[in-house]
Amino acid sequence: MLKILRERLRQGRRTYPYPQQEPVLPERFRGRPQFFPERCPPGCRACLDGCPYGALQVRDGLPCIDLGLCLFCGECAASCSAAALTFTRDHRLAARCREDLLCGAEEPRLAAALDARMKKLFGRSLKLRQVSAGGCNACEADLNVLGTLVFDLGRFGIQFVASPRHADGILVTGPVTENMKGALLDTYAAVPAPKLVIASGACAIGGGPFRGSPEAHDGIGDLLPVDLYIPGCPPHPWTALDGLLRLLGRL
Amino acid sequence: MSAAVLQNGGVLPLAQLEVRAFDAFAEELRREVAAQGRISALFATPAGEQFDLFALIARDWQGQLALLRTRVGARYPSLTPALPQVHLFEREIAEQYGLVPEGHLWFKPLRFHASGTGHDAWGRDPRRHPLVGELEYYRVAGEEVHEVAVGPVHAGIIEPGHFRFQCHGEQVMHLEISLGYQHRAIEMQLPSAHPLARVQRLEAAAGDTSIGHATAYALICEALGEASAPPRAQAIRGLALELERLANHVGDIGGLATDVGFLPTASFCGRIRGDYLNLSAEICGSRFGRGLVRPGGVAFDVEASRAEHMLERLESVARDTQGALEIFFDSPSVLARLEGTGRVRVEDAEALGLVGVAARACGLAVDARLHHPQGAYVGTFDHVVIEESGDVFARARVRRREINDSLAWVRRALRDLPAGYLRRRLAPPAAECLAVALVEGWRGELVHVALTDGQGRLSRYKIVDPSFRNWSGLAMALRGEQISDFPLCNKSFNLSYCGFDL
Repeated sequence: MLKILRERLRQGRRTYPYPQQEPVLPERFRGRPQFFPERCPPGCRACLDGCPYGALQVRDGLPCIDLGLCLFCGECAASCSAAALTFTRDHRLAARCREDLLCGAEEPRLAAALDARMKKLFGRSLKLRQVSAGGCNACEADLNVLGTLVFDLGRFGIQFVASPRHADGILVTGPVTENMKGALLDTYAAVPAPKLVIASGACAIGGGPFRGSPEAHDGIGDLLPVDLYIPGCPPHPWTALDGLLRLLGRL
Repeated sequence: MSAAVLQNGGVLPLAQLEVRAFDAFAEELRREVAAQGRISALFATPAGEQFDLFALIARDWQGQLALLRTRVGARYPSLTPALPQVHLFEREIAEQYGLVPEGHLWFKPLRFHASGTGHDAWGRDPRRHPLVGELEYYRVAGEEVHEVAVGPVHAGIIEPGHFRFQCHGEQVMHLEISLGYQHRAIEMQLPSAHPLARVQRLEAAAGDTSIGHATAYALICEALGEASAPPRAQAIRGLALELERLANHVGDIGGLATDVGFLPTASFCGRIRGDYLNLSAEICGSRFGRGLVRPGGVAFDVEASRAEHMLERLESVARDTQGALEIFFDSPSVLARLEGTGRVRVEDAEALGLVGVAARACGLAVDARLHHPQGAYVGTFDHVVIEESGDVFARARVRRREINDSLAWVRRALRDLPAGYLRRRLAPPAAECLAVALVEGWRGELVHVALTDGQGRLSRYKIVDPSFRNWSGLAMALRGEQISDFPLCNKSFNLSYCGFDL
């Protein structure tokens, strides 16, 4: 017992003072991309040709990245010799609408809070049922991490619960495999209304690396009404926490 | 004539691989297994109207990989009765191509997808997608016998699967594990995929084994491109692979602590796991090592200043790890819950072909880093951690000892990174060849095999994740146990659902 107490004292308190203090992410972390289209050499397509998922697009003559399809691999930035495209360390990526995930040269549109009625219901206590529908376990692992004492999700009144009957919404990971479609829809149906749907990770938003697989559905977009998109492959725990708190109007 | 023999990371022209008569193939396979060979992979690929069957046998103590090939029609005599370790491979082949192994003892679908040839081995309607979990479960009848069905959606944040327990009171007589919910058709999709998409799909084949699967794929590409990654890249891959092992082993000890209600270690390890993931992110920006390993080398360097910084951080994380592990393994109440729980006998482990932590906890010396070393492991890894008791305690202890070994390995690698460049351009892949790669992932042996066609394009890609072998081990561990011990046994294996379903 003494040994345990000594170790407890030695390891000390590790909860990060978020949101009072912004998280510090590793130097090579790839968060929100940034464009400098004026640097693009004429006719250069080097970055566009490298992306196998169509995440990097040209809209109205300007490049932009669909954060819902992007795996944040950084291959596009690496192939750009003019430094017209870089990935910043900004972890704030979550959005309420699918269109807001299109990231170009303009200001980002971060997730807005729920309307007053929903905020009153869920703002101080949000229980979520997580459904992994083909998620590779990286998204799942980094959601589990939110429960550890560094992030301590519980202090924001947010909790993952065991039963959809106890939940205010579902948080889905994975591209929705054909074999999980039924269980996902059943779980959603079992959550009492009003309810929220959160798509976490590139797979749940647009199929991720499994986009186009005959055994998966390219995410939950066509199956369920989505209230919050959390991009990333997998989303960094800070990205997910930022999205959840914005949804509840707490940031 | 004996089998074609390769080394890990080797490549062989298909023309040199004799197509044997099935009886000779089966006889040779039995002889190899009797001589302590392990069947690392058995898979089929269409050959005109017929199908080629390939068997990859690991001759561990010789450091060799032997290959056998035969050709079969739509039905062939099952190898499973003589060689239980191929039972799942035969079911997989049946599901993928509609081939029927006659006399298979446990013939059911595995992943519940349509066969690629339009023939269904179970006579299901080929026009509709098979219904997942629709199979005849093994059932026990009698007074006081009851069935417990769990999943696919479980209580925590974990992947989906379905478990059927046949219980007599609290005692489990049999557990049947029915998976397939995570099937994303990676294997079948790989040949036609964009080269970058291939490695990214493999990084997500089992998300907690990104480095392991990406390294195996890179080794395949390098074998086919007749070049190996530069030494510096190999060292960085090894470093990332050991950090992946550390993160997951520490997380698993935390999971075991949670399941026995020992909260200090549960809480410490949950955080420390993240500290190791953050070290991986120091190298490449991703906590799971995404984007680091690429065919021909690695995409990120570990410069001297970065290595020094990582070493400093590693020391403080290592101290926290030791503290968390020590109090766990020093607590009599913890040990009482671990010892003797979920025991797998060494004969069963061998017959089922278990790999990785699960095998080493039963006394089997199976570790690709020792027997089939590649990259930075050549000459730097000289022993294998073995425990004999085959129970939850043994699996926990294997992890603890491997954590110590990995820490030493990572320290040495960070202090002594070879100089040189990071990535080599590969030649176009060799035509009509077969390449093999074995990587000791943190759960166990990852096997990748690739076949190319006349133009050097991938024609077949076979992946065997350690979970494919080890789920059967979990089912065996539950026999005769209390059903309330399932979470603990399950955690001690901590297998991948999508690694199985791919």
